[in-house]
Amino acid sequence: MEKSNLNADTIRINSVKFHWSNKNDFKIYVPEFNVARGEKVLLLGESGSGKTTLLSLICGFLNPISGDIFLNDEPINNLSARKKDQYRCDNIGIIFQQFNLLPYAKVIDNILLPLYFSKTRVENIKDQKETAANICKSLRLPDEVLNMQASKLSVGQQQRVAVARALIGNPPLIIADEPTSALDKNAQSIFLDLMFSQISESRSTLLMVSHDESLSQRFDRVINLDDILKEGD
Amino acid sequence: MLLKLTFASLYVRLLTISMTVFAISLSLMLYLSVEKLRTSAYTSFTDTISQTDLILGSRTSSIQLLLYSVFRVGNATNNITWESYEEIINKDEVEWSVPISLGDSHKGFRVMGTNLDFFKRYKYRGGQLIEISEGNYFDDLYDVVIGAAVAEKLKYNIGKSIIVSHGIKSFTDHDDQPFKVSGILEKTGTPIDNTVIVSLEAIEAIHVDWSSGAKIPGQETPIEEIRNMDLSAKNITAAFIGVKSKLTIFKLQRWINEYPEEALTSILPGVALHELWRIIGIVENLLLGISIVVIFTTLIGMAAIIFSSLNERRREMAIWRAMGASPNVVIGILMLEAFIISFLSTLLSSILLYILLNILQPWIDDTYGILINIELLSFKDLLIFILFIISAMFVSLIPAIRAYWFSINDGMTIKI
Ligand SMILES: Nc1ncnc2c1ncn2[C@@H]1O[C@H](COP(=O)(O)OP(=O)(O)OP(=O)(O)O)[C@@H](O)[C@H]1O
Ligand SMILES: [Mg+2]
Repeated sequence: MEKSNLNADTIRINSVKFHWSNKNDFKIYVPEFNVARGEKVLLLGESGSGKTTLLSLICGFLNPISGDIFLNDEPINNLSARKKDQYRCDNIGIIFQQFNLLPYAKVIDNILLPLYFSKTRVENIKDQKETAANICKSLRLPDEVLNMQASKLSVGQQQRVAVARALIGNPPLIIADEPTSALDKNAQSIFLDLMFSQISESRSTLLMVSHDESLSQRFDRVINLDDILKEGD
Repeated sequence: MLLKLTFASLYVRLLTISMTVFAISLSLMLYLSVEKLRTSAYTSFTDTISQTDLILGSRTSSIQLLLYSVFRVGNATNNITWESYEEIINKDEVEWSVPISLGDSHKGFRVMGTNLDFFKRYKYRGGQLIEISEGNYFDDLYDVVIGAAVAEKLKYNIGKSIIVSHGIKSFTDHDDQPFKVSGILEKTGTPIDNTVIVSLEAIEAIHVDWSSGAKIPGQETPIEEIRNMDLSAKNITAAFIGVKSKLTIFKLQRWINEYPEEALTSILPGVALHELWRIIGIVENLLLGISIVVIFTTLIGMAAIIFSSLNERRREMAIWRAMGASPNVVIGILMLEAFIISFLSTLLSSILLYILLNILQPWIDDTYGILINIELLSFKDLLIFILFIISAMFVSLIPAIRAYWFSINDGMTIKI
């Protein structure tokens, strides 16, 4: 990262308005929302409140109607579609709620997938396979799993593979959309322990969405979506 | 990587994909074989007669003349007098000529009177002469040479005695003058195979006791007497003519068509063949139409298969997008898939076609006299394959664009 960005917020949202273009009248308005570099933020909210929509905006999948979204001072919503895709794969590791992996591909290929699109992330690591194996080891994924088909893994294992994929090449921002909802309480806490130790190691920023308040104590900051949303016009 | 993953994705759907590939190959093969049959039929057809410059007959339509002189279908309305024939072939332009006389039959096979020049001059399939496979050309007045199909179907051997019937479908036989098979011709794949060939004199001989198509009652000239008669032909049905210089063909043709003593027609076999083919070409167009429909359904079928897998793959698309793949990559993956499916199908279809042709070729040759060349893919076939692959990819654009639309609109909401 360039020096001037060193103290910048990883995410900065300014008066962002969004609504879906089709019939439903769901709309959100975010006057301001910042996440500092290295911060681990938990975003809470009810189902249907727009958490995933907000994450999609931050990742540049969706364009706000108005307002600005800065990632490391880069106004992501002003980038061309192509640059946006490139920015995303260079800078953001994404973990979905479920179905993170290409089921037919080997675990190792799933983990290395972002490197295929991002030179920046390739440059951050020496040996791709070795790095992948190390991350998997830290996430307590057995070695032999690497060459298995992703669909043959348990759900908890699959989610850990998704974490490995999000982390490989050290992207500065990790975005996780309810990564634990498919896991039971016990597996959830093991999963989070492993994920957190990995994220701390790579000093990435984490924005994670959940509706489970009990996870709060692990995070630097907990935000309720309702608190950052204001009634729009 | 992309290729590897696409293959992996195809591999997990191996059963569906291989069934798709098989179905597409079958239709492609159907198309190719119909196409093959069509072109082979055309070449076999136009190869029926070659290196003859003009066909001469009495005044009639060119197609009719072609039909009876070459294909032995239908009848001449009139004969040509020997005098006119002589005058024509004595013209400077004429290099060679072969007269033929038609009208009688043997067990449904046409009998053709001609002279030995026929075997020296009449050519088919780009200049091939008609070879004898067993025995000899006719020598004696009552010798016949039979086509390969005649010999095969009637199970005739050399020396077999046969009776010629009067006319094409009559019950009156020239049973007073039996013939003897002196030679059997090699298979040509042309109407010659179904022809019984005798000398022009023999045609005169069997009609000694006949007058204007009817037997003269009570008259029965003994064979010995006939052998001593002057049997030179007084009429012929048609003649094949070769000219010295191709440049004079049209001049000679015009001269013949304007011949004042007798109403005559002369045709260029190539032109007439082509004209005739255009008439029976309706069948050809029908085949072509069927092939095109087949290909079309194949393409739609492929698009349907890609479409049906689209919903399951919506998730996959979101993953690609989250990894930084642009929507174009999403389209690319589907197009690549279409390419692989269609490419494999073309490969399989060529193999299937090759097997099919090898099985069917002898049978088609036997039954229809159409020789199908089994060769490696022609340039045209390759072109068809390339066109097919391109259209397959084009068709798959529709589901691909839909996937693109999903991938832009879904964002991170992965629907199941
Ligand atoms: N692709 C889409 N097209 C149109 N409307 C959508 C789309 N995705 C979500 N929505 C709408 O946006 C609203 C917010 O959805 P969103 O997925 O952001 O909720 P959420 O907070 O993530 O809920 P959950 O906790 O259940 O995941 C919903 O009303 C939903 O109907
Ligand atoms: Mg959600």
